[in-house]
Amino acid sequence: MSNILVFVEQRDGKVRKAALESLTLGRALAVKTGGTVAAVVAGSGISGLAGELAAYGAAKVFVADAPELALYSCEGYTAALDAAASAFSPSIVLVPGTMMGKDVAPRFAARRGVGLLSDVMTLEVENGRLVGTRPVYSGKARATVAADPAASLQIATPRPNVFQAAKADVPAAGEAVPLALSGLKIRAKVTKIEAAEGGEIDVAEADKIVSGGRGIKGPENWPILKALCHELGAALGASRAAVDAGWIDHSHQVGQTGKVVSPSLYVACGISGAIQHMAGMGSSKVIVAINKDPEAPMFKVATYGIVGDLFQIVPAMTEAAKRMKA
Amino acid sequence: MNHIVCIAYVPDTETKIKIGADGKSIDESDVKWIVSPYDEYALEEAIRAKETKGGTVTVVTFGPAKADVGLRECLARGADDAVRIAADGLAQVDSLGVARLLAAAIKPMSFDALWLGNKGAGTDAQTLVPMLAEMLDLPHINLVTKLEWKDGAVTCWREIEGAKEVVEAPLPALLAAQKGLNEPRYASLKGIMAAKKKTITVKTPADLGVDAASISGEKAAVRWTKLELPPGRQAVKLIPADDPAKAAEELLHLLRDEAKVL
Ligand SMILES: Cc1cc2nc3c(=O)[nH]c(=O)nc-3n(C[C@H](O)[C@H](O)[C@H](O)COP(=O)(O)OP(=O)(O)OC[C@H]3O[C@@H](n4cnc5c(N)ncnc54)[C@H](O)[C@@H]3O)c2cc1C
Repeated sequence: MSNILVFVEQRDGKVRKAALESLTLGRALAVKTGGTVAAVVAGSGISGLAGELAAYGAAKVFVADAPELALYSCEGYTAALDAAASAFSPSIVLVPGTMMGKDVAPRFAARRGVGLLSDVMTLEVENGRLVGTRPVYSGKARATVAADPAASLQIATPRPNVFQAAKADVPAAGEAVPLALSGLKIRAKVTKIEAAEGGEIDVAEADKIVSGGRGIKGPENWPILKALCHELGAALGASRAAVDAGWIDHSHQVGQTGKVVSPSLYVACGISGAIQHMAGMGSSKVIVAINKDPEAPMFKVATYGIVGDLFQIVPAMTEAAKRMKA
Repeated sequence: MNHIVCIAYVPDTETKIKIGADGKSIDESDVKWIVSPYDEYALEEAIRAKETKGGTVTVVTFGPAKADVGLRECLARGADDAVRIAADGLAQVDSLGVARLLAAAIKPMSFDALWLGNKGAGTDAQTLVPMLAEMLDLPHINLVTKLEWKDGAVTCWREIEGAKEVVEAPLPALLAAQKGLNEPRYASLKGIMAAKKKTITVKTPADLGVDAASISGEKAAVRWTKLELPPGRQAVKLIPADDPAKAAEELLHLLRDEAKVL
């Protein structure tokens, strides 16, 4: 086992944080495998990204730069990853476990006829194979998953926001290597991207989340939570009860049938803590429960809790956050 | 328009999880099983398309005999045929192996849309959809929350971080459903009666030309080497709320100075 290739997700020419986390993780694994780390990035007009990736330890940066790669397509971006893997012959490939990464990595794995350690929260090299752990069954169990040691290639998608992103002490060479993708076949094409209103932070990427459930009583009360989001720099999340009531779009839903998040802070306001909700936020580092029912299951997973009326507590938190900043 | 919908029969999300004697899988004795919720959205969308445009809906699963209950539920809701790839007696098969089996079963079939849920509830790996699409050489669209059929093509809205991608693909294509796509119906009494009379076609991996031993247990491309209960979280630190302003003040200081997240 030696070389490690990391797929770098960029959108609009910006490298996603999850990609830097995977690069940092790749660097840590390379210390054990004794190999070098390379990155692959696909898009249009993106050749300027190599410097940033070098700072995070990429000795080589394979760049697939073409107009037809301007918008994401699984077929196009998988072709770029596949071409880089052919050129670099890695034994490990890391792809950040974002919506894009979880779309690209399995398609690539199937192309190579190998398995994939998906959504791992820890990842190590043990006796020549990748071993990771991940929550399963709505977080009610934890599985240790291992790649086939005989596989020519071992692939993993690390869960975003779980691994640290840190620059290397000494930047790597970051030698840009252009990839020419011949015979590109893109059938499923993105024709448009409809961005969320107001450039909100998405819960899937946020480092802090303030989330509301049925306890907020109606959509007219979101401003109370949004004010706290604003002070903390947090994204706004919701329980399924709030989404199904039509109070907010599904893109905010956290849980089994929503998004799985691992922020450093998750503030649950008027959310009881059903197992399907916990499936989405149970791996948050610090959980705060604000609920008037002392028996609410959310208090069982919470780090801090206040038993009380959210309509009094949340505005008071906003005020306290303002004072703290001042 | 003909549709194939792949379903997984999985532990109910409410069910209590006990670790099996092998320490690698769950103890299935008291588990309640359901059709994976995402697959219900997929099935519903296929049935709606059949109702408006005609055609058939075939459900396919890889599972043991008890999964027939799930297939019958799908037949009762409006699917026409059901195929089960028999998993009876097989050790754990990972996504790559399941994709191989499904691909082998589906390859000879003719269809316009192949449907899956975006993940199987429980294992939640989200790997099957792109793997199966690759093996069948199909375009795929993942995490579909809205869709419009076009002539020989489909336009889907796909959920990504902070935005929705509008994706167009020619048919046949593989589409993976996400919550928000529709509200799945319940089976009618008439549907339930009709489903009882239908036969479920059972195929073994060998029937499909797949050597089950080469994709299961110690030969699976990814193995679960251990399953354990999650590490417990420390007990909650409760902050008295008699004075909301003081409680909030204290909480924020704890978040900054003790938890160091602010
Ligand atoms: C297959 C399946 C998938 C699911 N997927 C998801 C999912 O992805 N995400 C999800 O969230 N749920 C999911 N659910 C639903 C889940 O089971 C719960 O129904 C849901 O999470 C409940 O939402 P809630 O906590 O907001 O509402 P409730 O359970 O009704 O809780 C409301 C809470 O607010 C508190 N409250 C009320 N007023 C106040 C006040 N003034 N101040 C403080 N507290 C107050 C109450 O004490 C209560 O604890 C799923 C269910 C199934 C079966």
